[in-house]
This record gives sequence, structure tokens and C-alpha cells, in this order.
Amino acid sequence: MSLLEIDNVTLRFGGVVAVNKVSFSVEEGEVFALVGPNGAGKSTIFNLISRIYNPAEGDIRFEGRTILDKAPHEIARLGIARTFQNIELFEQATVLQNLLVGRHRHRHSRMWNELLFTPFVRREERSHREAIEKVIDFLDLQAYRDKYIAGLPYGVRKVVEMGRALAIEPKLLLLDEPASGLSVEETQDVAFWVEDIKKQMGVTVLMVEHDMHLVSAVSDRVLALADGKMLSLGTPHEVQNDPKVIEAYIGTSDGREEAA
Amino acid sequence: MRTVFKTSYDADINLFRHGAQLGWYVLLLSVALALPLFLSSFGIGEMTNLLIWAIACMGLMILVGQTGQASLGHAAFLAIGCYANVLLQTKLGLPFILAFPLAGLIAGVAGALIAMPMTKLHGIYLAIGTLAIAILIDDFIVIAAPLTNGVMGLFAPDIAIFGYSFNRYGNPVGLYYLILAITLLVVLMYRNLQRSPLGRSFAAIRDSEISAQAMGVNVARTKAVAFGISAGVTGLGGALIGHFAGIFNNETFNVIISIQLLLAIVIGGLGTIHGAFFGAAVVALLPQGIAMGRDLVNKVLGGGSVAIPGLEAALFGAILIAFILFEPRGIYGRWFKIRTYFELFPFYRKDMFRRQKAYLKTERMR
Repeated sequence: MSLLEIDNVTLRFGGVVAVNKVSFSVEEGEVFALVGPNGAGKSTIFNLISRIYNPAEGDIRFEGRTILDKAPHEIARLGIARTFQNIELFEQATVLQNLLVGRHRHRHSRMWNELLFTPFVRREERSHREAIEKVIDFLDLQAYRDKYIAGLPYGVRKVVEMGRALAIEPKLLLLDEPASGLSVEETQDVAFWVEDIKKQMGVTVLMVEHDMHLVSAVSDRVLALADGKMLSLGTPHEVQNDPKVIEAYIGTSDGREEAA
Repeated sequence: MRTVFKTSYDADINLFRHGAQLGWYVLLLSVALALPLFLSSFGIGEMTNLLIWAIACMGLMILVGQTGQASLGHAAFLAIGCYANVLLQTKLGLPFILAFPLAGLIAGVAGALIAMPMTKLHGIYLAIGTLAIAILIDDFIVIAAPLTNGVMGLFAPDIAIFGYSFNRYGNPVGLYYLILAITLLVVLMYRNLQRSPLGRSFAAIRDSEISAQAMGVNVARTKAVAFGISAGVTGLGGALIGHFAGIFNNETFNVIISIQLLLAIVIGGLGTIHGAFFGAAVVALLPQGIAMGRDLVNKVLGGGSVAIPGLEAALFGAILIAFILFEPRGIYGRWFKIRTYFELFPFYRKDMFRRQKAYLKTERMR
């Protein structure tokens, strides 16, 4: 049984078919990458898994069970964490507070004992804090614990967002363009982290990424999409050399203009 | 500048960041406790009024500052708390010590129920929706005259706890201490909220609903809870307003009060408990300040009484505009900058608090 199965999913916005009969499955313990030109439907697939959109057709299964009957906020509880393409951090909060929101799935306290801050809540807070500290160590965020997001540079925000997703302790991590806007060195860090997330933490990763160096360095399998349709599925090497993929990215030699 | 050397996770969980901070608040509390020694009973009355406003401001702050939801309808919850408290005491004969928390609970439940259809609204639409509630409650009080005595209003009985009576005129110091104790309890509850998962999920909704949802926060329910807690605390403030004023009717809680409450927390500084107190001080003391200023002008000019209608509203508006233009973070924000200046002296830089440019952020999910 695959961890995540996308089964013949179609999504339409009016007349536009954003995702057209896409089927793939992500196996446990692998790094799976979605690539494709802008507007190919990669982020839309993420939003479908996050239950922000409802597919017109098809089914999405996680650990064998459909997730289409779940509300968006129940997805994290299943063990699916995600980051956002344009960084959606809590700006007016510190890095610690941001990471602690990631622990929401593990909250056992209720409103009443939190308002009274009973010893139980304190014990819970300590354990959340300890879990956060592991993420901070893993991502080298020690220097930023008490810094407000609003004052942090872009690269650090990107890392904090990844940390917040890891704080959920997910089974499946969705990374939406983890390297966009990062320098070469920062992209290398991301590559190492994705490797470690897979090997040390045993977390399955599904990522959308444009940087083909990163994709071929870390991913086990790649799915290329264009205009909402599946083009090619295989190892990074196979996909990169698939004539259909090359055509979608660069265009063919017969003079037809295609977006690069 | 103080560097806090943290040796355990409790350093981030505790109420106070370090011993010196605790010391400052103990000092502030002792000043508050000692005030009746220095102030006349009029002055104590003003301070009591300030504390009541601070409770109401904290109520609204939980919603606006913490959760980022606008509300122009909080006078409604002041009214619900006030009427519930007095009616429970006069009609059902409950003692204050039961009626008061129950009034808060009733206002809180009302807030949560009203919030349910409103949680889908954002920004200006939410403001309009809540404004409608304030207007509705105003009319409802008039319509429900058999219960509320309509425009004639109701008398609030003296607060009596175990035979000990608290009255604004008979026992101003007692009333001051009682309300100070209630204020402290509300502050403690607010602090607990800020440092617990619920408070963090409020902040998460304020800053990004879409990612709060992705973290497993049930956005609609959490907003309703925020409305509920906020309305509950505001209701407590309303109950105290009733007792402090002695007599009240629908006009006591009109829309202008809602707006004043919102302006108070903006002027005080959004998102902080300090801001609620600073804002309450402005709202509670401004009328007296204007009166004193007018007396002074009269004395200097030697003329008769200069009464300018609408001066209070005009001054209030001017202060608000000045703050929005020059110090959007309110009085607390300014205080924070001054404090940082001295802490870091001489290394304070001018644009230390300048906001970073926000990166591209779409509102695609709205």
C-alpha cells in the first residue's frame, strides 16, 4: 500500500482544467518531486491534498483511506504537513511561537485548563518545547529562537517554515518550492536537510521544485506535469531526458513557440 | 541591556522573563495598592473607572489584538454582561459573587453564538456585521422593556459580598480594591492564554488563516472561541460599569462606546496587555483632562465658562489620527522604543523598529 495515492484526479476552475486525470502514488520513505512549467498544476495538487480545493473527479487516499471526507484542518492530524510557495508564517510572532503552532496537532490541553495554566498544561508545554528544540537543532535555528518573523531575512523564513512543518511530526511532508529564492549555498543546505528528513526522520517527502539540480540530487522519483496533464514519471534522469518533457520546457524545433 | 540566560524550558513558559521584571510588576502592584493613601475619593473613583475600562479593553484586545478580528459591536457584550449581572441579582436574587461570573459566562456564550455565522467574514465586512449587533442590542433593550425597563433604565444594587458592601460613594476604597482584584485575575487569565496553545492558535489565525489551518487549527471554531472569551471578559467589564454607574439604560451602551473601546486599544497598542491599560487610561481620563484643561484656560483668560460642544470627540479623533500616522503600534509601542533606547544606550539605531518589507503574499484563498 502506498502512503499517498492520487487516483485519477481532475480539478476544473470554470472552463480551465487545472489538473487533468492525474494519477500517481508516493511510496513510504521516498522523496517524490513534481516538476513542470508555471501553471502546470503542481501547487494545485498540493492544495488538493490540503483539502483547500475539492476535486471534480477522482480520489485522494492517505494510508489507504480517502481524505476527501476530511476538513482542511484535519489533514495535519492525519500526519500531512506542508509549506507554502510564498511563505505563510505568523509574522507578528517569534520563531519559537511559530514552531509551537506546529505542535497544535499534539495539543491535549483544553481551554479551561489553559486559562488556569494548570501543572498539566505546563508539563505539556515543556514537552512541546523539547520537541521544538529538536527541530531547532536539526535546522540550525538556534540564533533565531526569540526573533520576530517580520524582521528575518527571506532565507531564514524559508527554513523556519520547513521547521514548522517538521514540528507537526508528519508522516508525509509537502514542500512547495523549498529552494525558490535561495542562494546556491542555501539550496545545498535544503538538499542535505531533505536527505536527512528522509533518512533520519523517516518522513516521506513530496515536493514541488523548479531547481533541477536539487530535484535530481534528492528525489527518488519525479513526475513532470504540463497544463495539468501527466507528461512523464520515473527517475530524475529518465524524466529529464524524456522528449515530451524537453518539448514542454524548451519547445520543439519546428518553430512552434512554447513557454520555457 | 539584560541578557537572560535560560537554563530550562520553564524560562520561556513562566509568567515573568526574569526576576527584575517580576520586581517591576510587584512595585507597580504596590503602587496600585497604596493609591488610596494618596488620592481623594474622587481620584480613587477615577482609578476604579480606569480599571473597569481596562477590563473591557482587555476583552476586546483578545479579539482584535490577539486574533485579528475587528469588532465594532463590543458595546453589545458590555450591555449583555451588565443586564445579566443586575437581572440575576434583582430577579433571581443571586449574590454578586455568583451573578458576576455568570454574567461573564452569559456574555461569552452569546459572543460565541453570534460569532458562528460571522467567522467567515473578514475585515470591513466583519466590522459591519458586528456593528449591526451593537445596534440590534440597543433596540432589543428598548423592546424587551418588561425585563430591561427599556429607556427608563435599571438601578444596579450595591455589590455585597458575604455581608460586606461595596459602593462607589459609601466605600470607594473597598470598591477600588475589589475591582483591582478582578482586574488582576483577568490579566492573569490573559497571560495564561498568551502562553498556551489556544493563544498561539489565535495569533496564528491573525497572521495567516491558511497556514493555521494547515497546522491543524480549526479556524472557524477557534474564531468562535476567541469571540466567546473576548465577549465574556467584556461582559465582566460591562457588569462593573453597571455597578459603577449605578443606573443605566440602552444609551449607556450605544455604538459610540463600541467605537471608543476599539479606538482605546488602537491608541494603547494592539496585541499587548499594556496597550489595553494605556488605552483605558486615555478613554477614562480624557474627559477629566479636558475639564481640567478648560478650568485652567478659564483661570488664565479670566473669562466665563468656555464650553465647546463635541470637544471631547474631536480631541479623541485627533489623538487617534496622530497615533495612526506617527505611532501605529500605540502608546505601548512608543514606550517600548523609549525603553529599548535606554537599554541599548548608546547603540539604538533610528530604524531599528522599521518594518521589513513584506514579501509577495497573495490573498488567493480568500
